[in-house]
Amino acid sequence: MPRETIDLPRSVEWLQVLDEEGALDEEWMPDLDDEELLAWHRAMLLSRRFDERLLELQRQGKIGTFAPVRGQEASQIGAVAALEEEDWVVPSFRETAAAVWRGIPLEGLLLYNAGYNEGGEVPEGKHDLPIAIPVASQIPHAVGIAYGAAYEGSDEVVMVFFGDGATSEGDFHESINFAGVFGCPVVFVCQNNQWAISLPREEQTKSKTLAQKGLSAGIPGIQVDGNDPFAVYVAAGEAVERARSGEGPTLIECVTYRLSLHTTADDPSKYRDEEEVEEWEAKDPLPRLQGFLQERDLLDDGAIEELEEEVSGEIEAAWEAASERMAELDDPAVMFDHVWAERPPELERQRETLAKEWSRRDEGAGGEGEE
Amino acid sequence: MSERTMVEALNLALEQEMEGDDAVIVLGEDVGVDGGVFRVTEGLLDAFGEQRVMDTPLAESVIVGASLGMAIRGLKPVAEIQFSGFSYFAFHQLESHVARMRWRSRGRFTAPLVVRMPYGAGVRALEHHSESREAYYAHTPGLKMVIPSGPRTARALLVSAIRDPDPVVFFEPKAIYRAFREEVPDEEETLPIGEPRRVREGDDLTFVAYGAMLHRALEAAETLAEEEGVEADVIDLCTVSPLADGPIQESAKRTGRVVLVHEAPRSFGPAAEIVARLVEKAFWWLEAPVARVAAPDVIVPYFAREQAYLPDAARIVAAARETLAVEA
Repeated sequence: MPRETIDLPRSVEWLQVLDEEGALDEEWMPDLDDEELLAWHRAMLLSRRFDERLLELQRQGKIGTFAPVRGQEASQIGAVAALEEEDWVVPSFRETAAAVWRGIPLEGLLLYNAGYNEGGEVPEGKHDLPIAIPVASQIPHAVGIAYGAAYEGSDEVVMVFFGDGATSEGDFHESINFAGVFGCPVVFVCQNNQWAISLPREEQTKSKTLAQKGLSAGIPGIQVDGNDPFAVYVAAGEAVERARSGEGPTLIECVTYRLSLHTTADDPSKYRDEEEVEEWEAKDPLPRLQGFLQERDLLDDGAIEELEEEVSGEIEAAWEAASERMAELDDPAVMFDHVWAERPPELERQRETLAKEWSRRDEGAGGEGEE
Repeated sequence: MSERTMVEALNLALEQEMEGDDAVIVLGEDVGVDGGVFRVTEGLLDAFGEQRVMDTPLAESVIVGASLGMAIRGLKPVAEIQFSGFSYFAFHQLESHVARMRWRSRGRFTAPLVVRMPYGAGVRALEHHSESREAYYAHTPGLKMVIPSGPRTARALLVSAIRDPDPVVFFEPKAIYRAFREEVPDEEETLPIGEPRRVREGDDLTFVAYGAMLHRALEAAETLAEEEGVEADVIDLCTVSPLADGPIQESAKRTGRVVLVHEAPRSFGPAAEIVARLVEKAFWWLEAPVARVAAPDVIVPYFAREQAYLPDAARIVAAARETLAVEA
């Protein structure tokens, strides 16, 4: 027969466990104890309030440009909750909720956003990469870490985060393909938040789903409600299990929404309608999880209020600690550290020259060239 | 000791480093079954298996980006980019991440990896197979840019590059991959990265060159010695960046006359930086303007004209004569 339909190996599933009305699909509800559920809620609330505080600090000019996570907390927490501590997380630049869950200190995140390199330090022992800014460029690193882990016989799994826009980049396609060929233990988590700055999802690609892009690399792809932490967790858990048992990578598309700005330098009113945002506000993952927990009598208004105070105290303590640290970080010569393992002679010469110039200005001696 | 071509010497370095350290792995296009298009990785697949010698998909960005991930996870990957002209697919990974991971993480995650690539003109190749763009990589803080000039230095520098704690972009001058053989010892030999070598001694004039051009500079030095009794100091740069100018300064102060040679385009090439360093640090010892013999600022012509494009011994001799003619 000259022309016939080729049977492709996989189709793409959609998964939702807890919908925006609070209806639960018991069949797919993961087995989570009360303590775990409350820990998810606490992390989600903390990252939401922390994000709000960051925005406030940015508007006050105390920190620089950052990318708010508002609306995507379930996509991140549901995913990283499926990991073990020794597994790896490779973030892009909007993974505040994932960082909170993974125990990255808020103080460091504040320091980073206030423009200090010291904020990028990852605590010893943590398997979390620093923030990566160029879209999709971090995806290959996850694949390499995964290959390295498997090569050394460890059972570590790597989870990498990126957005809908990233699926148009070469690094995404090169990475899912490479991981497929070598069976790397990596979970690709695409947070489809509907907007790549001003470009809407339907103009990013004519693909019906982003999950189906996994099929082009011969790896499984699944689309989940990204504002439903249980659906994300189920998909992530299956993907982690597959990776850990040597069955290779998975692509998960979390359908979510960026409720806030692309970054604090962005004005979404230029390109999207408030009505659309309102529609998605109704699907907000935080009230959805809170409603579920209240329904199950795990949480009441009093407990939420108490928790609000607790997380706000934690955030303020972190900001105080970060502010104190910033006051001590006044040596610009830090920029010469960690460029290479050892400073080459010419770089040392440059450091000494600039250090003299800085100290001359500090002392106010000479006066020339002062502004 | 045995006589080896540069290809064989590089192969020896890879084989011995892989033998000595399980963390060393090789990856790239056609590096396994095919042994690399220039055969630098020949035999490694049989010796070490497909986990350590990875025939990758045709995707330079993930070859380099995944190498960074492997390095973060404790491996010492040696990635091959088939020709430097195709490295720009991976340029973004080198500039945005490989060069910065140590800095960004404040030393927590490092990138002890090597990206090897053949570069340079002179083998009658197609477009994109002949460029000499070391300046791109030398201009990126955090990378090291190393170029050997013969089999023995190639082997010793590659071993050092693999053991280096920082990422090394390793350019292999393909015009001399098989042009001559040299004694390369079987036993371990390394050369420090960041140290130029003085390969000929003289007090009248200084040549600085690297890669395939070193041999043209040496040829020019012999011509000058035979025809005019002028003895040139010749320095093989070995490491383009971080540039160690100490030996160049020392020689320039002794001879007062310097000719720099490279096959990269003249403007903004490595020679421009060396001139600047000499002006800053050895100006009062110079007896003549520092001369540059480089390729013109054009795209490498198709191969019928590539020898006219490349600096040759005659052009180097002419530049030296002009430099020598300047009254002190």
